[in-house]
Amino acid sequence: MDFTIDFTKEQIEAIENVLEEELIELGVQSIILMDLAGNVIVNLDSGETNHDVFSLAALAAGNYGAVSAMANIIGEQEFSLLFHKGEEESIHFSKVVEDLLLLTIFNKNVSLGFLRLKVAEAIKRIQLLV
Amino acid sequence: MALINPKKREVQVKIVYYGPGRGGKTTNLEYINRKFKKRILSEMVTVKTYGDRTLFFDFLPFDMGEIKGHSIKIQLYTVPGQVKYNATRRLVLRGVDGIVFVADSMDLRREMNIRSLQNLKENLESFNKNMLNLPLVMQYNKRDLSEEGIPILPVETLQKDLNSHLKAPYFPASAVSGENVTATMKKIIALTVSSLRKKLE
Repeated sequence: MDFTIDFTKEQIEAIENVLEEELIELGVQSIILMDLAGNVIVNLDSGETNHDVFSLAALAAGNYGAVSAMANIIGEQEFSLLFHKGEEESIHFSKVVEDLLLLTIFNKNVSLGFLRLKVAEAIKRIQLLV
Repeated sequence: MALINPKKREVQVKIVYYGPGRGGKTTNLEYINRKFKKRILSEMVTVKTYGDRTLFFDFLPFDMGEIKGHSIKIQLYTVPGQVKYNATRRLVLRGVDGIVFVADSMDLRREMNIRSLQNLKENLESFNKNMLNLPLVMQYNKRDLSEEGIPILPVETLQKDLNSHLKAPYFPASAVSGENVTATMKKIIALTVSSLRKKLE
């Protein structure tokens, strides 16, 4: 299976709106919607950061693949949610649909619980758009 | 299949350097990174093991101007060549748009080249891709070794072993000195981008 979704301009704008409303307003610093080939589909940020999103997406796709292989070893199909905690910044990964991942980069001012809730909400809305 | 973003009018193209372990894939990317430093905005990403071998992949993104009003972002990847890392190789091949096969010219590596090419074919098939339909460039690396008296395979032998059926464009090269590294890269980018032109119209 090798499947990259084709998006229209309208779809991308609608997805951006969802991410803006659900996550940027929450105080998230940077959001990347990407496919598992490591392509960046949508990238939004709060204007405070300047991360190398293309390298991040490439590594995130590799990371997701590696962790999925770990899941298989213990008898799981996949781990659909990953979280990397740093001292200042953290990264949250969540699967949106087959082949699409949502990466959220946020700092200590955002609570993980609230973020997870909002990510789940955003994903539900994005699923209706793709 | 490349990712086209109609809003930003941007295309992301994924090119993978494939080939046997220690064949010079990473050296190709390192040379490109040095030579085109001014045009490459971000750092090259490498994930290596102790022995300096590529564990996961190397990743080098850069911008390549515009085609039909779309800005082109080229993403170069290498795969780990060692046989045991096949799962990672498959992962990196996902969504590939063009391939450079870096073969090792050393006499001793003849069998490994053939096996790696076969492995590429099988991995592509697992994604329902046919190597014959994918932009591909052959690079016969380490030609410089003959000057040190190390026996290397004649280009004709490499052609016969690896390229008699594929008939891909090929370059004798030396990734260490940079000979034909840029030519290889330009060729694969040209082939890959021209296969995308229709889609951009």
